[in-house]
Amino acid sequence: MADAKVIPFDDDRSRAGTAPRPSRRRSAGSGRRKGESAVIREVQPLPGRARPQDDVQVTRKQQPPQEPQESQGGPGAQVPSSDPAGGGAGGLERRIAGGLSFLRRRLTGDYEVDDFGFDAELTDQVLMSLVRPLYEKYFRVEVKGIENIPAEGGALIVANHSGTLPLDGVMMQVAVHDNHPGARHLRLLAADLVFMLPMINELARKAGHTLACAEDAERLLERGELVGVMPEGFKGIGKPFSDRYKLQRFGRGGFVSTALRQGAPIIPCSIVGAEEIYPMIGNAKTLARVLGIPYFPITPTFPWLGPLGAVPLPTKWTIQFGEPIRTDGYPPEAAEDPMLMFNLTDQVREQIQHTLYKLLVQRRSVFF
Amino acid sequence: MGKVVLVTGVARQLGGRFVRRIQRDPQVDRVIAVDAVPPEHHLGGADFIQADIRQPTIARVLAETNADTVVHLDVTGVALGSGSRVTVKETNVIGTMQLLGACQKSPAVKRLVVKSSTTVYGSAPRDPAVFSETTSPKSLPSGGFAKDAVEVEGYVRGFARRRPDVAVAVLRFANILGPTADSPLAHYFAMPVLPTVFGYDPRLQFVHEDDVIEVLRIASNEPERGTLNSGTFNIAGDGVLLLSQCSRRLGRPTVPLLLPAVTWAGSLVRTLGMTDFSPEQIRLLTHGRVVATNQMRETLGYRPKFTTAETFEDFARVRGPGLLPPEAVARAVDRIAALPFAPFAGGGAARAMTTTTVTATVTKAAEAT
Repeated sequence: MADAKVIPFDDDRSRAGTAPRPSRRRSAGSGRRKGESAVIREVQPLPGRARPQDDVQVTRKQQPPQEPQESQGGPGAQVPSSDPAGGGAGGLERRIAGGLSFLRRRLTGDYEVDDFGFDAELTDQVLMSLVRPLYEKYFRVEVKGIENIPAEGGALIVANHSGTLPLDGVMMQVAVHDNHPGARHLRLLAADLVFMLPMINELARKAGHTLACAEDAERLLERGELVGVMPEGFKGIGKPFSDRYKLQRFGRGGFVSTALRQGAPIIPCSIVGAEEIYPMIGNAKTLARVLGIPYFPITPTFPWLGPLGAVPLPTKWTIQFGEPIRTDGYPPEAAEDPMLMFNLTDQVREQIQHTLYKLLVQRRSVFF
Repeated sequence: MGKVVLVTGVARQLGGRFVRRIQRDPQVDRVIAVDAVPPEHHLGGADFIQADIRQPTIARVLAETNADTVVHLDVTGVALGSGSRVTVKETNVIGTMQLLGACQKSPAVKRLVVKSSTTVYGSAPRDPAVFSETTSPKSLPSGGFAKDAVEVEGYVRGFARRRPDVAVAVLRFANILGPTADSPLAHYFAMPVLPTVFGYDPRLQFVHEDDVIEVLRIASNEPERGTLNSGTFNIAGDGVLLLSQCSRRLGRPTVPLLLPAVTWAGSLVRTLGMTDFSPEQIRLLTHGRVVATNQMRETLGYRPKFTTAETFEDFARVRGPGLLPPEAVARAVDRIAALPFAPFAGGGAARAMTTTTVTATVTKAAEAT
């Protein structure tokens, strides 16, 4: 939070003209938030020193007490794989009963999916549980600024994209779901390649992802969903290792006009750690063209060690959600104004880039 | 003076039901039922005229009967009885052209309702998840009924431009299911084992026959206050079912096949003339299709009585259970639940652990299908 204030972009903001900056005025938030922004302001001249205070914010210290609560809060519905040694015999039995009723519902087709094919039950109980070990134990994801995500209503989370395989999107989804008090589901917008591949498209739809197009994004925001987008696309995820943490072009900024049309706040999100999971030192372009994929990564391990090379490096991740940029103060025709579009896109991009730099300065090592 | 309604395609179940239904409307004076073959079902008090809409005679029928409302239901995917695909296509496209030409010449016609289908959107991985009436498809249907529907809609748009005084309603129906439906998808679900495309779980949307009849009736009458019944409307039940859900609710096991194998088998079956397992059908069962129905609710002012799930339930009820009826599966799970867990409440954590992991594994295995 408030990181954009560390490196001022006054020049940018004045250009945005009518852009309301309500987040600065909005002191109606919790006292804790006030306290934090005070801390940040104090730290302003030296961003490098901000880390100790920042870390206290959300992160793992708060996470453990929250986790058991969650798994017991659902009345026995949690799948056993999350924490088998959890309760006593009664808890266990309840859990087994829950697992069986879940199994029964699944086998008889007695569950619901939404128009996009999102299967909330499956995502909560199976898919999330499968990914969670990777999230907690392998990448040890640290989440900051979760309070920037609204408790309800539509919002557009815009994040950087990296790591050769889109693990960052999946981790972001788990991060939002596990840390947000409302356990909100992030609906990611994915490339059309995802929906062409067998198995992948099925899983993506069931996990709540949909195609990155204005129609779907608007429909989701209209329904008050939390939508995640990575505007760099393949340029970001398939960039060489030497370009790590350099944000690529943000497409045509279509996400800004979508957010403007729905009046949904834009929440910039910076992900550190994903760049190093598969250091891409080369790109076999011919092979990629033959296979019909945008790039074919060559990492120090990948084609050489076979499937073993597909194991990501155990980097330490940080996901920081920035201060929301509100879009509801603009007139309806603002979505057609290309200048405003570019300004807002730049504002989001700069905010993500500078948070990235800040997090990188704070990072002790890639792996710890 | 009441209305005179001319209905085409009455030899089919849907047309027959619609003809019988609108006769009960007080504002309808006379119903003229047209088809190339005499229907097997009764048409109530409607006047049946045997005429092929591909022939210019349809103009004479229209002029003689002085019909003011034309309901064109003869736009269908499958042939009636032993018709070939060529006949179906001719009836769809040439028949529509003849009928529209006749309507254009007849000054009495005030209202035209055309049955279309959501297949006009195609289905491709690059399409948005939900189609609205204004969405243009990324890849136009290359053949089959979908292409017919696109062409029919094109002619209807041309007609609407030339005769702005006629209220034209194009109704794009999702897959029609119900106790008596005879759509290709109904044939598909009647198979004992459902072949599916490996790695894809399409989203499907259904509309119940009763809702179809009701929407057609609304569109062929004067609009209610505050609604408008001319234009293009998507008609579908609320909600979405995945193909895997459908097969489980029907109790029919699925056989996932690789996409090339499905395409090949589909063309083989088609050549043998067994069923119309068309490429567009395969595309539907690969990528699925969901349409937005806001226009139907807000402009047409109709709320479907059946959701997608209820439509499917009604369909499944009539079809009878398959090889793995959901009730039997549920009972089996219940038996497992009743068996081993009562004794170990006191101790035996290790056994409990193994059962738990087994349950988890089974659950995940079930998900893989």
